[in-house]
Amino acid sequence: MAVAAQSSQSPAPATQHSGLTDRAKAERKLAYILCAPAVLVMMLVAGFPILYAFWLSLRREDLRFPDAGEFVGFSNYSAVLSSSTWWNAFGNTMLITVVSVVLELVLGMLIAQAMYRAIFARTAIRASVLVPYGAVTVVAAFAWRLAFDPATGFAVALFNLDTPPLTTHWGSMFVIITAEVWKTTPFIALLLLGGLALIPDDLYKAAKMDGATAWQRFVKITLPLIKPALMVAVLFRTLDAFRIYDSLFIITRGANDTQSVSLLGYEQLVNRLNLGLGSAVSILIFVCVMIIAFIFFRFLGASPERR
Amino acid sequence: MDQYTRNQKILWAIGTVVVLFYALIPVAWILSPSLKTPETIGDQSFFPSDVTFDNYSAVFEEGLGFNRALLNSIGIALITTVLALAFASMAAYAITRLEFPGKTLILAGALAVSMFPAISVVGGLFNVWRVVGLYDTWPGLILPYLSFALPLSIYTLSAFFREIPWDLEKAAQMDGATGMQAFRRVILPLAMPGVFTAGILAFIAAWNDFLFANVLTSTDAARTAPVALSFFRGASQFTDPSGAIAAGAVVVTIPILIMVLIFQRRIVSGLTSGAVKG
Repeated sequence: MAVAAQSSQSPAPATQHSGLTDRAKAERKLAYILCAPAVLVMMLVAGFPILYAFWLSLRREDLRFPDAGEFVGFSNYSAVLSSSTWWNAFGNTMLITVVSVVLELVLGMLIAQAMYRAIFARTAIRASVLVPYGAVTVVAAFAWRLAFDPATGFAVALFNLDTPPLTTHWGSMFVIITAEVWKTTPFIALLLLGGLALIPDDLYKAAKMDGATAWQRFVKITLPLIKPALMVAVLFRTLDAFRIYDSLFIITRGANDTQSVSLLGYEQLVNRLNLGLGSAVSILIFVCVMIIAFIFFRFLGASPERR
Repeated sequence: MDQYTRNQKILWAIGTVVVLFYALIPVAWILSPSLKTPETIGDQSFFPSDVTFDNYSAVFEEGLGFNRALLNSIGIALITTVLALAFASMAAYAITRLEFPGKTLILAGALAVSMFPAISVVGGLFNVWRVVGLYDTWPGLILPYLSFALPLSIYTLSAFFREIPWDLEKAAQMDGATGMQAFRRVILPLAMPGVFTAGILAFIAAWNDFLFANVLTSTDAARTAPVALSFFRGASQFTDPSGAIAAGAVVVTIPILIMVLIFQRRIVSGLTSGAVKG
């Protein structure tokens, strides 16, 4: 964005009487025409529904009692925020987010290093690492569920598990987090690999000559230099993990107290048809996502606009 | 690469094998139950004792609705991709090539949309779509997919367009090409890899969606394959649908797997350029 802001200040010459030259005016007009479809679609399907959801969240609106709709102010919010269901779901979501992003970072870094240094089968590795990224989330979730399912799961027999994981809270959380980590670590690994490729080899050689250990080289050279790529990866992964829905829906559907905030919103909106309460949950999730993004931009220096 | 000692070589070779194993193991997991017979599906063993393809023929049988769901998935994802590319190319061209106020706003807006939690808009869409008649239709899914594919495509394409030496266009015109010829013969071939990359990413995103398809559809008319999978039930309540689910899952994965394997270099460049350089 810095680039865009800079360049938009530069030319636009000859601003004598009416502001702009005909040429610049024509250019503006063309630009607006070209951007219009994209902007309209985004406003129509993302901008408008969020405002509408906010309006719904201020009303009692239940599709089973369509005539009982009325304005109730923030009472939906107080209902949600004072319920243990929301806070359980929020706790689960935060736990899944933090644990999976940390694991993804560590694993992603290892995989990126392995891909960077791979001495054989380089293309094969790159291609296979993309398999989890391309795999449909629902399919991946089914793979993990079928493996650990009490009825069909070979993993249960393989690891000689006394209680099948999907019958307990922590077992279910373990399967959910593992599925999430498996699916998205490649994304982090690829971004980190892109960062690694930009580091000049000479830096490592010089550090080695000066007697730096492998760990020192990693901390003093690799980490600072891939920080921008790292921050972008972590920002996007954190936001994604916080919205977790697909795999949870398939693996447990919230059983064993594994509900996430998105799943809770879905239940209120679709199963209970309570648009007022459901929208309040939706808006709260939106606010959480904005807060997470703000923290990343403000305090951790993540900026996707970096050139 | 020959500055490595023998030990290091062995270490990285092991690393390579571990990475391959990591990436591919759940694929094997989903393949295994799809090849098991109903009698052995509950035997908890990894390798199917007698291999059968019955699950695959069962999945394609009429009545399950899976054929129709696959058709929906393919059609919706393709239309989304084409429209996203058209709209995003236009916007990305304007952003990288033209001077106009509001550029920053559009990029910031696109970024904001890419961070949107889908659950926050799905309820509003559900209600509006029912009223305007888009509920359970193709356009009813294409529109939301489009709005979430656009930011990604705009960022990826802008990153690619920025690298194109646009002066070539002028040079071609000096050599006597018309404006359109110059654009078509010189710029378009240079832009194609970027367009292609953005297209693959948009297609994968649309193909993978579950939340929108789950909330905004109710019948075979627009239900996509991942949602159809989650609705599979056994022939009676006592039969386990796991075999059919696994077979369907393999079928859904195959097109995406082929795409990933063929276009892996472009996908990697798209993921890194779009997300890191923006």
